[in-house]
Amino acid sequence: MRAFVVAVFAFLYLPIALVVLFSFNAGHHASEFTGFSVQWYGKALANPFLVEALKNSLFIATTSALLAALCGTAAALGLARVGARTRAVFDALLGAAIVVPGVVIGISTLVALVQLFGVVNPFVASLWPNDQPPRLALGYGSIIAAHGLFSMALVAMIVGTRLGSLDRNLVEASSDLYATPLTTFRSIVLPQIMPAVIAGFLLAFTFSFDDFIVAFFVAGAQTTLPIYVFASIRRGVTPEINAIATIVLVASVLLVVLAQWQLRQRKPSH
Amino acid sequence: MSAGTGSVFSMRGNVLRHNLLTALLLGPATAWLVVFLVLPFVAITVFSVGERAPEGGYQAAFTLAQYANLPARATAFWNTMVLAPAGALACLLVAYPVAYYLALRAPQRWRLILLALVVIPFWTSLLMRTYAWMYVLGGRGIPALLAYVGIEDVRLINTPGAVLLGIVYGYLPLMILPIYVSLERLDRQLLEASADLGATPISTFLGVTLRLSLPGVMTGFSLVMILLLGEYLIPTLLGGGKVFFIGNALVDLFLQSRNWPFGSAIAITLVAVSVVVLLAANRISTRLSGARRVDLI
Repeated sequence: MRAFVVAVFAFLYLPIALVVLFSFNAGHHASEFTGFSVQWYGKALANPFLVEALKNSLFIATTSALLAALCGTAAALGLARVGARTRAVFDALLGAAIVVPGVVIGISTLVALVQLFGVVNPFVASLWPNDQPPRLALGYGSIIAAHGLFSMALVAMIVGTRLGSLDRNLVEASSDLYATPLTTFRSIVLPQIMPAVIAGFLLAFTFSFDDFIVAFFVAGAQTTLPIYVFASIRRGVTPEINAIATIVLVASVLLVVLAQWQLRQRKPSH
Repeated sequence: MSAGTGSVFSMRGNVLRHNLLTALLLGPATAWLVVFLVLPFVAITVFSVGERAPEGGYQAAFTLAQYANLPARATAFWNTMVLAPAGALACLLVAYPVAYYLALRAPQRWRLILLALVVIPFWTSLLMRTYAWMYVLGGRGIPALLAYVGIEDVRLINTPGAVLLGIVYGYLPLMILPIYVSLERLDRQLLEASADLGATPISTFLGVTLRLSLPGVMTGFSLVMILLLGEYLIPTLLGGGKVFFIGNALVDLFLQSRNWPFGSAIAITLVAVSVVVLLAANRISTRLSGARRVDLI
């Protein structure tokens, strides 16, 4: 059984290792490693389209993860204050946001937004004083909103779990000692749920940064890094893609390790 | 008297403040869920009974013609309905021994590290991980190595087998995790009791371990199966246009041929199948024992 487990771990990590190895290849070809070089990293970072896509992805991932961490945490706190029936409705909706396949989230958001813009844009134009009214269109906003949906649900779930294991005695002791609700929240609740909030933010960032399928539908004229990489892969495999893949993999691994570490920090000891 | 009315007022004020704060906390999430989950779902439901406008897009109508037309994409449905369960099953067969080892056999100090090594790939880009297999299975990967030792003309990429391999690779972590959780919570005294009562290791495994881990198996199986129903990247990159899934049909209908009503009907069908899979899995695991929460991290 141990041999089997070792084989599975090799199966999980060898292909990734190969991609990383060949990102340092001096030659053009994947079949032979002709020497060590970082030229492909230089080429990748000198490619303006790629840098643009990378910047877009960083912006979208940061914004959607921040919004998701704020709204998701607020939702988890709010859900701790409502009755069982309201809670069940929210839990079902949040569960749906996580479980519904990305491809369905992508197309339904596309359809709804295009339809909505079709109504709003002429209306705004008819009211606008000059003939250059603002037009709503697919782009940053729609990607951030669609990514934020999944991320917010994820944060609400992680923070909700942590709230459930919160030490009630501390909260009661705090209010018995005449602390205001706000003080109790700041000094008792917030420190205990903070690791979950940070972990949620990091996972939300990773999800958004890595997502291809949702952004593919709602990106409009914008390009994110996964969309750019997908398009280049279809044109052919080059070591330049290996270099990008390596950067993305290393970044996601760091973020996930950080998130796991945060979640295991300061966990209530009982 | 005045103190009494004062306290009634302040109590009412407290209730009001309590409700207002709850509303403020839940407001943004509610708006988000309504605008970007409920409304879009209503939109594709309405579209699915509509007609395609001559220039593409949607034209209002009330017809079930789109649903009647589903057999036009029978190949995509067939591929998905065969490869999604097959992929989930293959994942399960690989995942179970790993989860078993991690939960019951691995040395204590290695357990968390090994578990983290399982989880990390799940949170890294599926696109990049699938690309890694394009690299390995492609002409300059394993086939080149085989040619080197004299086995010529092996074709690995763009086959159903490559898609299946990509599926197992992509979703293995998601299958290992819930099984690990259910095995890890297993009461070890039951195993000892079973052995003390003279059961062979195999009958202990079948009668106790496997049985009690079935909720985890069902959770993993249904999660992987549902994600596979909507998969697009793996069949596109490793199936090379020969093995296409429902996801590929949806991309085609929404972004290329712009037949939105037909695409919506397919999407609704996809969601319906997912719901059936989830309900069935839930039913089975609650019947076997109490359902368990599974954290994805």
